[in-house]
Amino acid sequence: MAGEFGNPVVVEETVDILMIGGGMANCGAAFEIMQWAKGTDLKIKLVDKAAMDRSGAVAQGLSAINTYIGDEQDPADYARMVSNDLMGITRDDLAYDLGRHVDESVHLFEEWGLPIWKTDENGERFDGSKGMTPLQDGGKPVRSGKWQIMINGESYKWIVAEAAKKSLGIENIEERIFIVKLINDKNDPSRIAGAVGFSTRENKIVVYTAKAILLAAGGCVNIFRPRSVGEGTGRAWYPVWNAGSTYSMAAEAGAELTLMENRFVPTRFKDGYGPVGAWFLLFKAKATNAFGEVYMDKNKEMLNDYPPYGQAAVPASCLRNHLMLKEMKDGNGPIYMDTVTALANLRETLSPREVKHLEAEAWEDFLDMCVGQCGIWVGENIEPEKKNSELMPTEPYLLGSHSGCCGIWTSGPTDVGAPTEETEAGVPDHLPSGWNWGYRGMTTVNGLFTAGDGVGASGHKFSSGSHAEGRMCAKSMVKYCLDNDHTPELDTSVDELVDAIYQPVKTFLEFKDYTTAIDVNPNYITPKMLQFRLQKIMDEYVAGVATYYTTNAEMLKVAGEKLDMLKEDAMKMRAKDLHELLRAWENYHRILTAEAHMKHIEFRQESRYPGFYYRADKNFVDEENWHCFVNSIYDKETGKWTCFKRAHVDLVDKSKLFK
Amino acid sequence: MPTFVRTEKCDGCKGQDKTACMYICPHDLMKLDMDGSDTGHAMKAYNQEPEQCWECYSCVKICPQNAIECRHYADVVPLGGSVQPLRGTDSIMWTIKFRNGTMKRFKFPIRTTAEGSIDPYAGKPEADMSKIEENRFFCTNNGYREGDPSELINL
Repeated sequence: MAGEFGNPVVVEETVDILMIGGGMANCGAAFEIMQWAKGTDLKIKLVDKAAMDRSGAVAQGLSAINTYIGDEQDPADYARMVSNDLMGITRDDLAYDLGRHVDESVHLFEEWGLPIWKTDENGERFDGSKGMTPLQDGGKPVRSGKWQIMINGESYKWIVAEAAKKSLGIENIEERIFIVKLINDKNDPSRIAGAVGFSTRENKIVVYTAKAILLAAGGCVNIFRPRSVGEGTGRAWYPVWNAGSTYSMAAEAGAELTLMENRFVPTRFKDGYGPVGAWFLLFKAKATNAFGEVYMDKNKEMLNDYPPYGQAAVPASCLRNHLMLKEMKDGNGPIYMDTVTALANLRETLSPREVKHLEAEAWEDFLDMCVGQCGIWVGENIEPEKKNSELMPTEPYLLGSHSGCCGIWTSGPTDVGAPTEETEAGVPDHLPSGWNWGYRGMTTVNGLFTAGDGVGASGHKFSSGSHAEGRMCAKSMVKYCLDNDHTPELDTSVDELVDAIYQPVKTFLEFKDYTTAIDVNPNYITPKMLQFRLQKIMDEYVAGVATYYTTNAEMLKVAGEKLDMLKEDAMKMRAKDLHELLRAWENYHRILTAEAHMKHIEFRQESRYPGFYYRADKNFVDEENWHCFVNSIYDKETGKWTCFKRAHVDLVDKSKLFK
Repeated sequence: MPTFVRTEKCDGCKGQDKTACMYICPHDLMKLDMDGSDTGHAMKAYNQEPEQCWECYSCVKICPQNAIECRHYADVVPLGGSVQPLRGTDSIMWTIKFRNGTMKRFKFPIRTTAEGSIDPYAGKPEADMSKIEENRFFCTNNGYREGDPSELINL
């Protein structure tokens, strides 16, 4: 029975566990869950809005695995690094737990066929196809920094997805399904009961009833006006398809969010947003202003303004931006990555064969994960050994897995000394008080789990950590389902859900003939124009690139008024086809995520992340009053956010960073 | 660098209702123009929203006809360069042409096992249900890093 565009077929399905998203986190969960679920009769299903072979943040590939602990570092060292990079406010319990588990996933990737670079006993580097000793048997990876290892990662996601699909069984996976709303339980609003979405390939709405849901649908891209506004709009640093679905759907279901004021503004090669890690850490290149001055040396005194985070061996990422922005504002740009000097220095000690290998390594760094940067290089005739490349801080991104830590407040491990009580006043009564409330990876909504970009207050998990985090959730969800024998019941009727999801289609069909040109019509707004409006508001008032990442309470107030009207107009989005329906709901998710970001920045009376954003009216880090989490909940009936503090506690000794 | 489809090379994946590029695009950009009403080229694919293209090259790499290429973002990049891959089962070849005519070629490994050969649970232990609430995953001793307990200052 095929549906029509204006009259979709509705498919209802009951499962025990629903996994939303097919990225690294749910690929990890898919692998882990079937072994624990064996012999339990649990019905498990995964849905992905794209194709798992190339979905999520690793779709294009990667040139490094950024979190591999190895046998020489302690999980506590990792938790310390995460904390300092994010200005002291992270959940040590989550980072520590990730640190002790993550290598298990990396070893599986290598077993499945991911080529991992190795060094031989003379220190020479080899690509991952040479059959050298695997990591788990003591093979030595090529470190590009303390935590990163280099890979030949063009097919990283393809490989990890193959293992996930084989584990879960292809019959339990449905691609091109975009979930747009979670549904709470009719008899217990603190519990999840299902999710609803639609197919982007046929006129079909899907309504799932589930006991447990793993929501891992990535971070949020394109809520700020990007630096490129023509075709180049697509060249976001993080994947352009990450629409904040994780944060917005969780918030609407009542889940507590954390650190939504945090953002990541990566410094990357200008316009192509190619990775800089290997250039800094493997090729030992320096970043300079236009006159060859190394700004990290020239401006290092500025780090003393932010003790202790500026004084670690590796200062926090935002502070490195802070020193760079000083040069840009002083008129000393462009900023360059001095690739010429770096490669010349390396050539001095290398054989001709090794020099050739080095050139290939430099290109592979981009080709594995950011081909677009090579596009810039060939168009502008840039050969890195002959001409330096510009660097630029990007538009802001919201995520929880890279050098950012916004996300959902998540239940942590019970064996690492995490708080069991809350000492800050003002936390709404219905929310848990300690950092673990039962099931590892569960949000404050019973049965709703998250991983990867979804988990707040613990950045730097990257691809491998997201996979491991998904695996932790897999175990907990099986346990949750075995412990909880209730039958979930949706709190909203299927008819109402269908009406809501297809509203943009109905709006289009009702009004399309009112004007002669379908894109200009007073009765609706196209998803594209709505996105432009969101990006303009966020850029101009909520510390985008237009103001050098600067805002204040007055600007935020104006942003709030404009976002309120944008939310109202979002109800008038049109969808002329299924592709536009996808864009409409992505942008709905973006608006809520953007609003959370704005409300959190407004609530936090300081500038916790200098270099990522500045509150000009509170331009300092206030350790006495704001060394704490800012968390929030959203009321979907009233459309209002409630922000509150939660106390921060160190579970590992941070002073070791500064000795 | 939005992708584009070469008219003479695309065969619409031989008249199936879904092309390889439509299957793979993570952002739902590739579309088969069934009757030619969108492009004037019936039964050929095209990029329906080039300003949303991440240049991830998923469509370029998967196209069985090698019909898809990239033209670098016109609002950013001077014309004339190209970066074109040929992805095999164990390696990928890149042909790189600069605006000034300089050419480079690179070949990199992409996987060490045969495609489709992963047997995820082969040789792995069964999950021990009595340990479902403990740390570690079902396949134990594969890289779990037991930390130094003295580092945890609240215990």
